[in-house]
This record gives sequence, structure tokens and C-alpha cells, in this order.
Amino acid sequence: MHIKNTAKEYDVIIVGSGAGGGMATKILSEAGLSVAVVEAGPFFDPADPKSMTQLKPAFHSPRRGASTTRHFGDYDQAYGGWDIDGEPYGQIGSTDFKWFRSRMLGGRTNHWGRISLRFGPNDFKRKSIDGLGENWPISYDDIKPYYDKVDKLIGVFGTKENIYNEPDGFFLPPPKPRLHELFYIRAARKSNVKVIPSRLSVLTKRINNERGICFYCAGCAKSCNVYGDFSSGSCLIFPAQKSGGQIDLYVNSMVRTVTTNNEGKATGVSFIDKDENKEYKLKAKVVVLAASACSSARILLNSKSKQHPNGLGNSSDLIGKYLHDSTGGDMMAFIPELIDRKTYNEDGVGGMHVYSPWWLDNKKLDFPRGYHIEVWGGMGAPTYGTGFNVNSFNKFFGINKAGGYGNVLRSDMKKYYGSTIGVSGRGESVAQKSNYCEIDPNTVDKYGVPTLRFNYQWTDNEIKQAKHMQDTFEEIIHNMGGIPLWNKPGKDANYGLNKPGWIIHEVGTTRMGNNPKTSVTNQFERLHDVNNVFVVDAGPFVSQADKNPTWTILALAMRSSEHIVNEFKKQNF
Amino acid sequence: MKRRDSIKTIALASFGASMFLESCYGISREKIARSLTRYDYGRTPEEKLYDDKLFAQKFFSDYELLTLDKLCNLILPPNEFGSIRDAEVVQLIEFMAKDIPSYKEPLRDGLKWIDNESNSRFDNSFIDLSEFNQKEILDEIAYYDPNDNMNDLPQPIQWFNLVRNLTMTGYFTSEVGIKELGYKGNFPNVWDGVPQDVLDQYGLEYDKDWLDKFVDQSKRNIIAEWDDDGNLIT
Repeated sequence: MHIKNTAKEYDVIIVGSGAGGGMATKILSEAGLSVAVVEAGPFFDPADPKSMTQLKPAFHSPRRGASTTRHFGDYDQAYGGWDIDGEPYGQIGSTDFKWFRSRMLGGRTNHWGRISLRFGPNDFKRKSIDGLGENWPISYDDIKPYYDKVDKLIGVFGTKENIYNEPDGFFLPPPKPRLHELFYIRAARKSNVKVIPSRLSVLTKRINNERGICFYCAGCAKSCNVYGDFSSGSCLIFPAQKSGGQIDLYVNSMVRTVTTNNEGKATGVSFIDKDENKEYKLKAKVVVLAASACSSARILLNSKSKQHPNGLGNSSDLIGKYLHDSTGGDMMAFIPELIDRKTYNEDGVGGMHVYSPWWLDNKKLDFPRGYHIEVWGGMGAPTYGTGFNVNSFNKFFGINKAGGYGNVLRSDMKKYYGSTIGVSGRGESVAQKSNYCEIDPNTVDKYGVPTLRFNYQWTDNEIKQAKHMQDTFEEIIHNMGGIPLWNKPGKDANYGLNKPGWIIHEVGTTRMGNNPKTSVTNQFERLHDVNNVFVVDAGPFVSQADKNPTWTILALAMRSSEHIVNEFKKQNF
Repeated sequence: MKRRDSIKTIALASFGASMFLESCYGISREKIARSLTRYDYGRTPEEKLYDDKLFAQKFFSDYELLTLDKLCNLILPPNEFGSIRDAEVVQLIEFMAKDIPSYKEPLRDGLKWIDNESNSRFDNSFIDLSEFNQKEILDEIAYYDPNDNMNDLPQPIQWFNLVRNLTMTGYFTSEVGIKELGYKGNFPNVWDGVPQDVLDQYGLEYDKDWLDKFVDQSKRNIIAEWDDDGNLIT
């Protein structure tokens, strides 16, 4: 696996192995190009029993799954998190941007929620609708054929709904809702909030003979050992290797810069081998960055040269700018009707079986962009924290006494198990030039590479949307006969709006456009300034939509990779 | 030292709590060894080093562990499903005190407090009191008004709440506790909806318009094919 053939010139170097890097690896290698994939973290295969956490009960961990070492708990498959030892990031002013990094083959695709939504026709042309932000240089019709191919290649369940801005695809059939989801459906419809089956990249039905099908353990965040859900390794990189692609994997290899020649063209990358703490160089005709929106921006900004004094591809001075994350707001409630539940296995897939796509018209509201609602609850696997404050819900029955000891605690535990339901809004923010990441001139990481610092403030657009979320949640929970577990956050708390970065959908740092002065990449995700460097993560997103970004990263990466293959055929590199 | 030997050494040092409980309760050495190798849960090398470091430390004294064992047994007395010893609750508390260092001081202070209280009221340490006297002390710190903010309550109430939380979570995340709770998942199966008797209990039913859209579990193994309009045809 650890090849240091530095004399070789690859056709393409791909930096990062998540959704975008995985797709580029598959398309480019299957076209016969020689490819080096350079990943900052270790090798990871969801099927490897040594790293596997799927199907392990809490007592296999000495901390019973607590989140001390991994933010989402011991069994979550993301190596890294909000803070990585020796790899800091800074904040400007009162900014509190949260940056989640997963360093492993497959990146964040190993643990993500598998919510696989296409952007709709409106999502590419928001400026034309509300005058804010910028339109994409492409339309839904340009990307639709690629969404179709991604659906068939990877698999996504869902239903045809014929909603204009929630385009249908080639769906596998969805699983039936769980009990708490039926409660949600009934309550949401009472408030005219639309509910439809979820669209998740989980195989409820076989799509080929290489991948297994879902066995309903709710463990998608643990990455599926039969490849029943999408991760970049299991669905893109390993199949590309098996079909004979010329792929060299460089793991534990952190790219520092893209190297350039006297003409300013990219010649390859320099990277630090983390095992040896030593720097190496790799050569290639084309460099494809897919390190995540902020990491790719960091690499480009650190790639200064005589020809590119402001960083590679940064003549517009826009790399890092227009950084934006999804908005997030949540509410959780106790549902008295759900006490003393009959127990049965209701794990289902690892995520919600139904959700609410944006159902209103922003023209009639005081904020410009929408959000979707996710629902959670049920009789989940006990893990660290289960049983804390076991009978504090007594207060909802007017009993002002909780705690105690003895066997009454056992019955209290069973009484309240599975009696809560949560709702989360995930919405679109409006990209701002003033929200950005940039190189911190005073800080380097433990490898000596200059680090990022963030400047990010929400605007009224997002705060008003968050208020609307809370009002909606309150009404739906009321319809369920539920009692919120905490006070409704008010103006002083931005109506519960999560900190930027918290939803882990950061996009926009190398946005695409037709004008090199107002954008960093073109519609094929190629730097305007250099014809052999591409960015296929979420950096080129112009706007974020009220959808999760992964399916669009995949479709765009497929489209750009096919473009790269064609350019190779025309001998343009 | 060979890797295997070093693991053994860590095992012996790390399971100070277990070794101690072995001598107290006759838990076999084999069971302790089994419980150590059982912690095979997909760690990265860095995470494994961190775990090993914690295992190699001993935080609570044997006397404190014995007091915790008594307290945890009062919080959850054994029943037909199991006990806090089956669930290794005291070992969990020892581990968590090292894993979440902010637990250390409050846990230890509370143990001191309860012995002081026992001595001043009954002239004996807590573990040597009659169960009647032990409960007399607990009755004064075990209850709280759930409308209050826990952080505003007297220290002994906060401490007992922490011990109760760790005991409850330790028991109900253990093999015996999960069984008692009735959690039946984390196991390969085929989900085909909420059982009919449960739907009836809540007066719910599946939307008739939706029923033919859901996955037909008898055809899940047939490879998916679609027509050009995205309609599934297999």
C-alpha cells in the first residue's frame, strides 16, 4: 500500500478519498488513467473486523460507547472530529466556527446520515428568485443525467412524489415508518407540513452482486460491513480497484501544496508522510483536489509561487470566501402517550424513514431560504448516558420528586424508555463573501503547515429561519401531545440556531462561475487560473440548498471527471 | 518485554478494580481475562494506547471501590435479571473517572462525605453500617425536585445523582441490563413495520396510498431494475 515511486508521473493525483475523491477515482481509473489517491488518514475498509464497530453492543467498550474519544460515540466511524491533536484552527473576532475533519479512507462518507437529496431546479438559480447570493453557471438539466447515474450506481431509497424542487430519481423502495415516525406524520399533517418517505443511500434491495443488502441494525454511522450503505471506499474505490484500475493509494499522507512549474501549471503535490514525518513529492499531469471544502482551500492558499503569489488559482482573491454551512435547529419532546411501551426490534435503517422537505413559499415569509425537517426517536440501543436522570420526567405528571434508589428505578427506566421524539431543521443559508476561511499567518500545525482561521457570522436570513423552525417544531410537538424538554430558545439565543459548521455541510470556498473575477472554478470545477487543477469536493458549490450536499458532490464529481477524461482524449494536459 | 507479556502486565495493573473484586467476591481470574479481551471494539492505534494508559492507572482505593460497590447495590439491588456486579458497574465507574477527569473530584469528595456522615451519626464507616442506617443517610440525599437545576442543589445530592446516573447507565448498557430493558435490536433482521398490536394500541395505521410503495421484503434479493421513467420493475 505504501508506495513511494516518486519518479513516476501519474495521469492524475486525487487528494482526499471521500465522496468527491472516491467518484473521481472510479471514473478516472476506469477510463484507463493512472491514478494516485493521497489520503491524510489511514486505510479503512468497513468490512475489516479489526476496525469494525457495527453490531457491537455498548458493553464491548470500557466506556460503554461514551463520546470521550469520538464525538458521536465510540462506535461512530469518523477518525478525527472537531479537534485533532496538533492540527489547530483559529477564529477571528467572535467567530465560533466548528470544523469537523474525518481522516481515513472514505472520509466522512463512513459515518454520515446517508441523506441523499438531489438539488432541485430552483436551487441552482436562487439569485433569480430572491436576488440574493449568486446563480450557479449550470442548471438542474445539466446535472440531472449524473444524478440518475449516481442513483443507479450507488443506490438510494425513496418514492416518486412529483414535487418540482425535490426531483425524483431512480429509487429503491423505502422501509415502513417506525412508531415515532407515525406519530410525527400525524402531527405534522395537522399543521399542513408535508411528510414523505426519506431518501437515503441504503440498500433496501439488491443493486448488484458485490454489495450486500440492509439488515436493519440502525448502524449506518458505524459503516456497513456488507457494504449495505454508501461509503466512498466500499462503493467507489474498492470496486474501481477490483475492476483493474491503475490506482496507487497513499494513506497517512497529508498534502501540503500543489506544486507548479515556471509556466504556473500544476506538476503534482508535495505531501507529508505522517508515519515517517517526512516530505515527499508526487508528479502528475492533472491534480484533483477533494480534501473537503476548507482543506482544499487551505492547500490552494498554501500553494504560493512566483506565478501564483496569492495562492494557486486565487487571482480572484475568492478562495475561502463564501464559506457556508447548513443551518440547524432542534427540539426534543417527551410524549406521555409513549410511556410503558411494548418492546420489539424497531432499529430500521440508520436514519429516519420519513422527513419533511421544504413545504412553503419563501415569497410569503420574512426569510429567503427553506429548510427540511428530520425526525428521530424510538427504542434505540442503550449506550453511555442511557438511564441518566431516569425519572426526571416525573415532573410532567406533576410529581415534584425524582431520584431515589432501589428497584423502583428499574420500572422507571422501562416506563420512560422510547418516550421521546426529536425534530431537527436543516436549512439553506445565504452565502456571504464576509464568511470565509483564510491562512492564519501566525500558526502552523505539527507538520509545519500553515493552518486555517475562520470568520463567520450568521445574518438575519438565517436567524429568522431558525425562529420559524422553532415555531413549527412547537406546533408539531403540541399536535403530538408532547412536552418540549427545554425552553424554546428566544432572540438572545438566535432562536436555537446552531453554530456555523455544526451541521458539517461546509461548502462554497472555491465557488464555480463563468466569470473568473467572481468565481474560482468553472462549471467543470476546474480552476480558472490553471487548466490542470480541479476541485471536486463541496468547495465549488455556489449555494447550499436546503438539502444535504453529498449527492450533489457525487454528481458534480462524476461530471467533472468525465470532462477530465475527454480533455485527456483531446491531449489537452 | 514481548507484546503479549506487556498486555498481560497491563491487564493485571489495569484491572486493579477487577482484581480487588476477585478477592472480595471470588470472581475468577479467567473471567477477568475474558473481560479484558472483550474490549475489542475497533480502536485506532492511538485510541488503543489511550485505553491502555487508562487501564494501567488505578484511581479509587480498594476501600473506595468497596464503598461504591455497596452504594451501587443499594441503588440497584440484584433481581432475577442480574446485578450491578454482573454488569461490572463499579469497574465502569473506575474507568469513567479516569476517562472523564472532571468526575474524579466530585466522586471522591462524595465518598468522603458519606463516611463522615456515617461516622458522625452512627460512629462507623458507611460500609459497616446496617442497611437500615445506610438507607437513613441515602433518604436525605437521594431525592430532588426535578424542576430544580441540579447544579443549584447541595453537593451530596449532586454527588448521589452522579453515582445513580453511572449505576443506571452501567447496568442498562450491560448484557443483563439490555435484556431486562427489552432492547431487541443491534441484530441482523428484516424490518417490516410496526407490529399490528402496537398500531392498534395507538389507533394508528399505515397510509393506504403508501403501502404499495414500501419495500416488498420478499423481493429484496432480486437485483433492482427500472424503466426509463425511474419506475422499479423488479
